[in-house]
Amino acid sequence: MKYVDHASVVKRMGSRMIVNKIFKALFFLATLFALLALGLLFYRIFIQGIGYLSLDFFSNFGSRFPEKAGIKAALIGSLWMMAVVAPVSLILGVGSAIYLEEYAKKGKINDFIRMNISNLAGVPSVVFGLLGLTIFVRALALGNSILAAGFTMSLLILPVIIVSSQEAIRAVPKDLREASYGMGATKWQTIARVVLPSAIPGILTGGILALSRAIGETAPLVVIGIPVIIQFLPENLLSQFTAMPMQIFDWAKRPQEAFQSVAAAGIIVLMMFLLLMNSIAVFIRNKFQRRY
Amino acid sequence: MVQLKVNKQTASPLAPFKSNQESTENKIVYDTRQLNLWYGNHHALKNIDLAIKENEVTAIIGPSGCGKSTYIKTLNRMVELVPSVKTSGQIIYRDRNILDASYGVEELRTKVGMVFQKPNPFPKSIYDNIAYGPRIHGIKNKKILDGIVEQSLRGAAIWDEVKDRLNENAYSLSGGQQQRICIARALAIEPDVILMDEPTSALDPISTLKVEELVQELKQNYSIIIVTHNMQQAARISDRTAFFLNGEVVEYDKTDTIFSTPSDKRTEDYISGRFG
Ligand SMILES: Nc1ncnc2c1ncn2[C@@H]1O[C@H](COP(=O)(O)OP(=O)(O)O)[C@@H](O)[C@H]1O
Ligand SMILES: [Mg+2]
Repeated sequence: MKYVDHASVVKRMGSRMIVNKIFKALFFLATLFALLALGLLFYRIFIQGIGYLSLDFFSNFGSRFPEKAGIKAALIGSLWMMAVVAPVSLILGVGSAIYLEEYAKKGKINDFIRMNISNLAGVPSVVFGLLGLTIFVRALALGNSILAAGFTMSLLILPVIIVSSQEAIRAVPKDLREASYGMGATKWQTIARVVLPSAIPGILTGGILALSRAIGETAPLVVIGIPVIIQFLPENLLSQFTAMPMQIFDWAKRPQEAFQSVAAAGIIVLMMFLLLMNSIAVFIRNKFQRRY
Repeated sequence: MVQLKVNKQTASPLAPFKSNQESTENKIVYDTRQLNLWYGNHHALKNIDLAIKENEVTAIIGPSGCGKSTYIKTLNRMVELVPSVKTSGQIIYRDRNILDASYGVEELRTKVGMVFQKPNPFPKSIYDNIAYGPRIHGIKNKKILDGIVEQSLRGAAIWDEVKDRLNENAYSLSGGQQQRICIARALAIEPDVILMDEPTSALDPISTLKVEELVQELKQNYSIIIVTHNMQQAARISDRTAFFLNGEVVEYDKTDTIFSTPSDKRTEDYISGRFG
């Protein structure tokens, strides 16, 4: 008894091949669409902004006149903010990840905490802005300073850093921990000498990607009231400042046509910055990736 | 510091080993009394009674899942890394019950070294691998560390192979060499007992032979407890053998006796290859 009729299989082969090709074309078009949109965006911004991208652009403060407008205050301001965000978010994030992975009892409570941290990563950034406004700007009376903005941004990216650090720590093979415990090492010695050195490339990669998100975020800065017309550089962490996305946002909403081009120049600078940070992340990942 | 007096004359690994301590019975190093262990509700070790002798090689054999690893990991309390584990009974090591909550596991594990089934060197240099144990116990002096590294590598019979590449990553070595590095790493804390959980199961036959020879040499200075699923290996290298089945010790005796005239039918079936 034959169940498979080879003649009819062959007859149906043609239509199967056509369906196969149709789907391949569909998926290719989807990818092409995304690539085209991205390419168009880059092209438009580049053409529009390149004319304003000069040395003066980097050394001038904001101005009412497009020819005189520069990104200096915003660029330096963003760097100051990063100087707060990087240590605060990395120390808190990696610390929490170590606690959750290595110390906390595995169980329902741990799962619950983990789930909520993942959910926090999806909370809109405007909400973190409101939180920062309530806690740092008002309750702690930090005003719209570098410190307040830095803390707010740290909160925003903390969940991402915790989750990516947890994954990096979890990826350290169990064998290595056992080898360390087996020689009488304490938990802390094992963490400091075996787990962290192996997990650090992963932690840094995730951390840098999270930091590059903090550099581009605008909404929290708008909510906590970061000004845009700033004619001086910050002196300390409690100084007022402005940041690149704020500055770009301000330029883009001005009525004069020329400011659109200034905004485009600002976007180019911001994107260069992001590209640089992402390349560092990729470099670290490739250079220090470990084989077990 | 304990001297590693390595016996240079190598015992033939293929000839069944004859105990040279027949006349004077060795002291007991580990006395297990009525040990029970549960993983959650799973009763993995049942009423284990085993007296393990000093300066002997004790082999633990039995089919997969019978509790060999669980037992050996109880001896240095590594089994506690599984949170659901509960134990009852006693394991007397050098006059103290190691299952006592007051017995510090870190202290226990500096006296009882362990070698695992899969070679697990750290992704560090050969030198740093060996120096890991001494360093965590506070030895910083470079001269002393150098001495320990050389002594341990010699003790694990791998000094000549790696002495010119101590700063290379241990991962650049072959699997068999990595396992001997792990043995050297365990020697570096100058333990009293060495636990080995199927140390050759991931190795090729030649590396296996080298590790077996090494075990023979090491028992001059250490008490060795070795889990193996390879009965020929148990016969070749051990003085005493315990046969585990379903979490119980079916039979424990001199290796010669176990392999020539076992008293339990199940032991006989197992060593003649009828199951397992
Ligand atoms: N971490 C664990 N959690 C629950 N059960 C386990 C765990 N490890 C081992 N077991 C169970 O305990 C029994 C003995 O396992 P093990 O000691 O690893 O056996 P062996 O080493 O003899 O192959 C097996 O039934 C196994 O399923
Ligand atoms: Mg096992």
